[in-house]
Amino acid sequence: MGATVVSDATRAEVCVAAVADAFRNDGERLASAFGAVPTVGVRLAKLTDAPDLLMSDGVAYLRGDVPSLSGDDPGEPVIEGWLPFRRVFDLLWSGTRHVIMTASQIDRFGNHNFACIGDYAKPKAQLLGMRGAPGNTISHATSYWVPNHSGKVFVEKVDVVSGVGNDRAAALGEASSRFHDLRCVISNLGVFDFGAPDRSMRLVSRHPGITVDEIVEQTGFALTIEGDTPETRLPTEPELALIRERIDPKGFVNREVPA
Amino acid sequence: MDKRTTEARVVAELRDGMTIGIGGWGSRRKPMSLVREILRTELKDLTIVTYGGPEVGLLCKAGKVRRLVYGFVSLDSIPLEPHFRAARQAGSIEVTELDEGMLQWGLYAAALRLPFLPTRSGLGSDVLKYNPDMRMVRSPYDDGEELVAMPALNLDVALIHMNRADARGNGQYLGPDPYFDDLYCMAAKRRFMSCEKIVETEDLAKAGPPQTLVINRTMVDGVIEAPGGAHFTECPPDYGRDEAFQKEYATTAKDPDEWKKFEERYLSLATEAEYQQAVKARSGAEGTQ
Repeated sequence: MGATVVSDATRAEVCVAAVADAFRNDGERLASAFGAVPTVGVRLAKLTDAPDLLMSDGVAYLRGDVPSLSGDDPGEPVIEGWLPFRRVFDLLWSGTRHVIMTASQIDRFGNHNFACIGDYAKPKAQLLGMRGAPGNTISHATSYWVPNHSGKVFVEKVDVVSGVGNDRAAALGEASSRFHDLRCVISNLGVFDFGAPDRSMRLVSRHPGITVDEIVEQTGFALTIEGDTPETRLPTEPELALIRERIDPKGFVNREVPA
Repeated sequence: MDKRTTEARVVAELRDGMTIGIGGWGSRRKPMSLVREILRTELKDLTIVTYGGPEVGLLCKAGKVRRLVYGFVSLDSIPLEPHFRAARQAGSIEVTELDEGMLQWGLYAAALRLPFLPTRSGLGSDVLKYNPDMRMVRSPYDDGEELVAMPALNLDVALIHMNRADARGNGQYLGPDPYFDDLYCMAAKRRFMSCEKIVETEDLAKAGPPQTLVINRTMVDGVIEAPGGAHFTECPPDYGRDEAFQKEYATTAKDPDEWKKFEERYLSLATEAEYQQAVKARSGAEGTQ
């Protein structure tokens, strides 16, 4: 140590390491990820600090090995379990899952929307629908991924609440919200948690090359910012090797977040 | 009892305003030949209950849908369903949008003849805001927890597609996921199952282990042999999704003139056999390019 190492990690790879950190202490539970960066991130976690994570193949099986994102790995896939959709619901209601979902909108308390934009009766843009967001957020650990951080995504008020935020969970009372567990938000600009005194969003770190001012400018609500905001850590050399050679040799993550 | 029938006879039973559950998931193992038969009729004002795929888009575009009960509508490899989006954005359909698990719970409640099943899903979300008729229920035990009382989704008719079936109504899936097809059947008054191939009962267990026989004959009123009946959705191991066709469907949906051509080429045909012929001609033409 001591010598300064200049890392050539891309912004996307910084995001991948941040996702891996978010799943590091999850132990033996299903890690579900949507989007290239989250998918590579949880696979990186499984190959490093969190080997006990369970992962779905996106169809109906639990994968015991860690495939590459392009899916053209040599050899037979290792299937360690069967997880059709109805058993996914059983599992998630039982709580043994941490999901990282994409967000079309998110507010300062972590209320989340990917259902539709605009007036619900006649939306300007119909998106995915509620999907599993209401059940996920009320049942188990949830994080979010935003590849395009802007004031259009980080909004004062979401148009529709698909995923439940901390203010709404608190309003439900202790009994109903006891499994609600918002963990973090990772964007292309920084990492955020809900550690403010009122459990609203707090800036945890800014990605290398990004200033706090830029993040504030691109966020449509008041973030909690405490003291000097550190930089998000760079991926280590072994992590970069796993990302580039093993998990994502075609560099899909760099298409999701341009360098 | 021989329950073999045809798409035309099944759809002749349907009436305006009925609530119809459609099995499968997204663009996977959908009873598309039955949906295409509905498109050939004057039926309207239907309530469709489903984990939606292209059948939702097609039925919305054809003006068949009054209300849609769903958790999502997606083409899987194409995340957003274009005709469904257009219908929503025009405000032309009423919607009951649910969490995916709540939809299962509503079907399960109906299957078990219960008025509702309790769940935590929906609490705190706008599912409750936009479904103001949905009630809460308090646990009668010491915990006193308040839960969503997901009402039974009782169906008039269920339409599902399986890989194999016998003439008596036993059905078999050979792909990775049974989805919720058994629940649709148990939640419905009349239950119709199309399949890739009708086989003798004694041959069912030769195609796959007995655990794949998720539909038993008490759950089915009619069986339709419909090879390619799930096209263009996937029906593994018999066939995968016809991605090229699905792409054509999704692309033409965005342009009225192009859509008209797509309709003439595939949807205005008088029979399922002609549709399958047109699909075959299309992939043949593609193969020579």
